[in-house]
Amino acid sequence: MSSATFADSPIEPSWTLPSRGRVGMFSLIAAESAIFTIFVVAYIFYIGKSLSGPTPKDVLTIPIFSTICLLSSSLTIHLATRTLRKAKIASFGFWWFLTLMLGTIFLIGTGREWHRMIFDEGLTVSTNLFGTTYYSLVGLHAFHVTVGLIGIAIVMTFTLLGKVTSKYSERLEVFSLYWHFVDVVWVVVFTVVYVIGR
Amino acid sequence: MASDSIAIHPAGVATRSVSERLHDWVVTVDHKKLGIMYVVYALFFLVIGGIEAMVMRIQLMRPHNDFVSPQVFNRMFTMHGTTMIFFVVIPVMFGFANYLVPLMIGARDMAFPRLNAFSFWLTAFGGLLLYFSFVGGSGLYGAGNAPDMGWWAYAPLTARAFSPGHSADYWTLALLVSGFGSVGTAINIIATVICMRCPGMTLGRMPLFAWLNLVMAAMVILAICPLTAAQIMLCVDRYLGGHFFDTQAGGSAVLWMHFFWIFGHPEVYVLVIPAFAFLSEIVPVFSRKPIFGYPVMVAATVCIGFVSLSVWAHHMFTVGMNSYANSFFAITTFAVGVPTGIKIFNWVGTMWGGRIQFKVPMLFCIGFLFQFLIAGLTGIMLGTAPFNWQLSGSYFVVAHFHYVIVGGILFALFGAFYYWYPKITGRMFNETLGKLHFWLFVIGFHLTFDLMHIPGLLGMPRRIYTYEPGRGWDTLNFLVTIGAFVQAVAILIFVANLIISCFKGAKAGNDPWDAWTLEWSTSSPPPAYNFARIPVVESRRPLWDIKHPEDPDWKYE
Repeated sequence: MSSATFADSPIEPSWTLPSRGRVGMFSLIAAESAIFTIFVVAYIFYIGKSLSGPTPKDVLTIPIFSTICLLSSSLTIHLATRTLRKAKIASFGFWWFLTLMLGTIFLIGTGREWHRMIFDEGLTVSTNLFGTTYYSLVGLHAFHVTVGLIGIAIVMTFTLLGKVTSKYSERLEVFSLYWHFVDVVWVVVFTVVYVIGR
Repeated sequence: MASDSIAIHPAGVATRSVSERLHDWVVTVDHKKLGIMYVVYALFFLVIGGIEAMVMRIQLMRPHNDFVSPQVFNRMFTMHGTTMIFFVVIPVMFGFANYLVPLMIGARDMAFPRLNAFSFWLTAFGGLLLYFSFVGGSGLYGAGNAPDMGWWAYAPLTARAFSPGHSADYWTLALLVSGFGSVGTAINIIATVICMRCPGMTLGRMPLFAWLNLVMAAMVILAICPLTAAQIMLCVDRYLGGHFFDTQAGGSAVLWMHFFWIFGHPEVYVLVIPAFAFLSEIVPVFSRKPIFGYPVMVAATVCIGFVSLSVWAHHMFTVGMNSYANSFFAITTFAVGVPTGIKIFNWVGTMWGGRIQFKVPMLFCIGFLFQFLIAGLTGIMLGTAPFNWQLSGSYFVVAHFHYVIVGGILFALFGAFYYWYPKITGRMFNETLGKLHFWLFVIGFHLTFDLMHIPGLLGMPRRIYTYEPGRGWDTLNFLVTIGAFVQAVAILIFVANLIISCFKGAKAGNDPWDAWTLEWSTSSPPPAYNFARIPVVESRRPLWDIKHPEDPDWKYE
């Protein structure tokens, strides 16, 4: 068999391709967006279709404080990765810790809201369509926040152990894309649940 | 010669025990091994899904047959559909993509090898979970031992009242788990195609196989995720007492249909685009001509990807949507036929004036061209809303989509098996057995699925476990079953050919077809690192350039 071989051609110096981490993360974000879209569509479709109470107007209070916390965590994680790129580890640790705290505050806020609605208002997943769609959509988002926080906590641990250096800044930037996505989804969920749905 | 690049000492390989070699396969992150595992796994489930189809056909062979009970019949068509779509065709397409995409774009592995292994095992365990329902499905209730609500699982059949026990939950979780696996692999394919190409491999020079699999992966992401979301909702309904699809509490059964078909119809294109990819590689090589209309092929594929995302409700014309929705989905359904037609013309244009070699892979591709055309035409018929009102839920529909999946996708798949078999195993398959497989399968296929249209037109509904004699369906159903047996024999010949040739076949060499894409430049089977030296390409047919330095392609591109 006259098999083909490649001549010793020099590799083109200008041959650069996009970072696979970023492309992978953007693909994941596209996938997650598709999942959230279906949940948002279901939520909007079922607005006002519950056969019994309580209704969103009765029980929902707008979570302004936790929303501010979550949205500002996007800024802090951005500052964290930017300082890491400049190899300022201490300041990276500060911003990263702040991100962890802001995310945790958001999650606690959701937990308190759920606790109030379940035990004071008597709204559960099985109460009515509002309960089903509300807990599913907000819960799906809270699940994504939790996953993000676990990731942030792991990096925080490594930071405290002194293992995080600027060579990981690319990876953490890819990770921060996920966190930004979680924040953007919250803007959509907030609009649908607390503005349109109420 | 490429073989002088690096010589691997075989002694270390030969002395390892079976358990060590098994361990290698289980822990591997090599895209080629994972690709082979996907394919073997899919073949295993192809046999299981085929047995389920045979059970149904035996039951329907004559009126008032009592080969299986109605309950078992329901389980058979549910498991047959679910198995064939999720655990045969998706894994086998991923298997080929896994194996071939890195080789074709001159890479040493996928972008994320460990994600690749993770995705495979998710899919594998998803299939096991589905089949575990035969054992564990009855749970404490003793009701049903496999899901029996049809592969699309319409509400309210999935409600606790109608699917007691756990069989429906096994179905849901199996699809959820394998769905995560599919999305993982899709992300991997996208990142690989975009980020791992060898120097010179611009998007415009990429083999169409890589292009089409890129589109397929993007569609997997956009199609499987809605299904994942719907399965999560179904879990909420069944485990937490939610009301998404509970009409008693104001929920909507039609919403499930929409969510399912938002997945379901793009899914058809997820399956058929890799089949297009096979044709786009095989037809040029056996016509001895470069592909006709490369940029148009890419554009048509992307176009199919977009349009096919907006055709889903043509599965729901009989539900009672308003006339605007009916018109919209009928028009989009016709529109998706246009880029598909362009592709068929391009393959015919590639063959036109070529020195066609009628080897086994090419035979299957030619079979694809004719049969896929007919499948597309019955698709246009069913896309016409008034015609659909008459025939929805009949055997005409069953005949139509089996024409797509068997006559189109499976034929292309067989072509791909024969075409890349020498590369994957290093040995040639038996050409005579291959031709026997082809002709038997063509005869069986047409006997089964051509005739199946007619009882559908005569009013035979799908999913019935038996029927009254004397309606004009008897002889046709008998012949359909005979055809199914002929196909089964052909498949056995195919599997036997794969196994026997693996040991007895003639050595294939690097490039038995005198082909032009990069996978044929490395040894057969390729070494773990694929290429001793990362290739640099200058045209769409890099091997042509090397074989014909006096007349390289890059002068004309």
